[in-house]
Amino acid sequence: MAKKNAKNGIGSAFVGLFRNQIFIPIAALLILIVFNLIADPSFFKITLGQNNAGDPILSGNIMTILNNASELAILAIGMTLVTAASGGQDISVGATIAIAGSVILRILCGAAGPRPETMQAPIIVAFLVACVATMLFGAFNGVLVAYFKIQPMVATLIMFTAGRSIAAWINNNQLPVIKDVSFSYFGNYIPGIPVPTPVFIAILCMIVIALVLKFTNLGLYVQAVGINSHSSRLNGLNPEFIKFITYVIMGLCVAVAGLIKVSRISTINYSVIAKDIEMDAILAVALGGNALGGGKFSMTASILGAYVIQFLTTTLYKFEVPSDALPAYKAIVVIILVVMSAPTVREKLGQLWKKIAPEKAVKEA
Amino acid sequence: MKKLLSLMLAVAMIFALAACGGDKPVETPSDATEAVELIKVGIINNDPNESGYRTANDADMKRVFTAENGYEASFAYSLKNDEQIAAAQKFIQDEVDYLLISAAGTAGWDTVLQDAQAAGIQVILFDRTIDADESLYVASIVSDMAKEGQTAVDWLASQNLETYNVIHIQGVMGSSAQIGRTGALDTMVAENDNWNLVTQQTAEWNAETAQQIVQAVIDSGKEFNVVYAENDDMAKGAVAALDAAGISHGVDGDVIIMGFDCNKWALEELFNGNWNYDGQCNPFQADYIDEIIDGLEEGVEPAEKVVIMEEKGFDATTITQADVDQYGI
Repeated sequence: MAKKNAKNGIGSAFVGLFRNQIFIPIAALLILIVFNLIADPSFFKITLGQNNAGDPILSGNIMTILNNASELAILAIGMTLVTAASGGQDISVGATIAIAGSVILRILCGAAGPRPETMQAPIIVAFLVACVATMLFGAFNGVLVAYFKIQPMVATLIMFTAGRSIAAWINNNQLPVIKDVSFSYFGNYIPGIPVPTPVFIAILCMIVIALVLKFTNLGLYVQAVGINSHSSRLNGLNPEFIKFITYVIMGLCVAVAGLIKVSRISTINYSVIAKDIEMDAILAVALGGNALGGGKFSMTASILGAYVIQFLTTTLYKFEVPSDALPAYKAIVVIILVVMSAPTVREKLGQLWKKIAPEKAVKEA
Repeated sequence: MKKLLSLMLAVAMIFALAACGGDKPVETPSDATEAVELIKVGIINNDPNESGYRTANDADMKRVFTAENGYEASFAYSLKNDEQIAAAQKFIQDEVDYLLISAAGTAGWDTVLQDAQAAGIQVILFDRTIDADESLYVASIVSDMAKEGQTAVDWLASQNLETYNVIHIQGVMGSSAQIGRTGALDTMVAENDNWNLVTQQTAEWNAETAQQIVQAVIDSGKEFNVVYAENDDMAKGAVAALDAAGISHGVDGDVIIMGFDCNKWALEELFNGNWNYDGQCNPFQADYIDEIIDGLEEGVEPAEKVVIMEEKGFDATTITQADVDQYGI
């Protein structure tokens, strides 16, 4: 659009920036950082302390944000792919996290009742079973969406409604508690490592998805299907299968997030675990500037969006906003950001900047 | 091949769902022997999945209302008022002798209770009250949430701390448990200068939200010496935040931990001295109901229409293993 010449070089650079998808989450993050810097610079203080087990721990708001955003960042990965391929969202992730958590605890408790002294199976086995379970539920959603052509939100509404009951049923309505401390490592700290484990798990997931997108055609195919599934079929792709597989990947993300969630408190409460997290995950995708109707996507922007949401939540807690009013504040921010990210508004902003920038360039000269 | 696979998956999932859908509105035990004249009771309860409290409540009902105790009990579960009312109508048609109801919602019960009265069925409410004329039921057995809160606050006051800097973590706003348990603390804070609320936030019964709230207080560097959480899950979340920050809690610790509901694992925490106090919300109404029905069978009306159950508060320094086993849910 903007022609590059000496006069409005800066202007066009900014136009490019405004038009870049990652601009929105970065701008939001910067606004939050600046706001906190002005309000209270100690927000960013990180201290090295000791926890009650005597291990070194880094603490502070920044660590809290990195820690608590982990599940959301992992879910944002799956949600981005689902959104891009099927042009709709999976609203069942909160409920399937409950299922994943319940499966993990069920396997770990084995036949020893809901409060075993020791774990009855290795954690990795429990986790893998949970992966299979949630991928099956993902596959269920995927089949409904891809092959039965049901609206994603309607299709996933089934699991959204039934998921928590299924989770409770898996453990016969009991509330298992795992006493072994090694189970709590995944959601808290590994002794001797001062950074919370969920941060590492999230980074690992990001590396994996980055490699997958780089070395496979998944990203390309997903976008092709999302933009126009008919023409992608003409080009030799199988759009149904690609939509289907994104829901299975979503299931895998859910299992990882579920492990972190149950490990954090070593138990589960079926009705409240990961409550409303699907909305935050969808919000992360939207904040990343991805079209919720499918098509092109930016994984980086979505993940960044997840951290922006947690940054906002922690900031609001810091300023003692009543937590039942939290969603209202989030909504305001979301409205602003979504309006900002609308293509027409960004176009306007770009033009506005072009008008201001040349004058500046003249002055500097 | 892929299509076949996906078809198989779909079929498998449908079967899995069908297997999980154990949401049958009415189930009647088949082992009711007709040797003696059994008292027919229809029990309408909320879904036992709702919480540990409800699970314990349902188990207690099933323990008391058995054929051995002279009852032929039918159960109906729903979290929805209209489904519960429909179940009540079915029980009336089945000509039960007693209708026991834990209502999901307070409104809309008048007509069906009048039908019950016309059919000569006695109605006993448990756990929750409804907005209906008192003449429509013989008794209601309920918890007094405000009293639970008062017992807890009285216990806290008896600790004789110089100042009370309280982190108050609330349940879902507007629920009867939240209103009752918040009321007593709010009054105490308003009346005493040495009682301060460091923060008062709802974590909506969620352990993780509670953890974040306490984390935010710790990160902001504020002083506090009491965590007053309105249920056990939220107390657990708060303790997780304290543990990570290296703040001692419980008996001989810097911070007093208070929870409610008396989950078994919570009482174990109390027994091990990690927490200080846990307030009971008594789910064991079945024995009270049994007593009332025994009386009615002999023609004795219950002395009081509203029976408020006895509810205890447990102190970490005095709790015994027997308490954990008996009162843990």
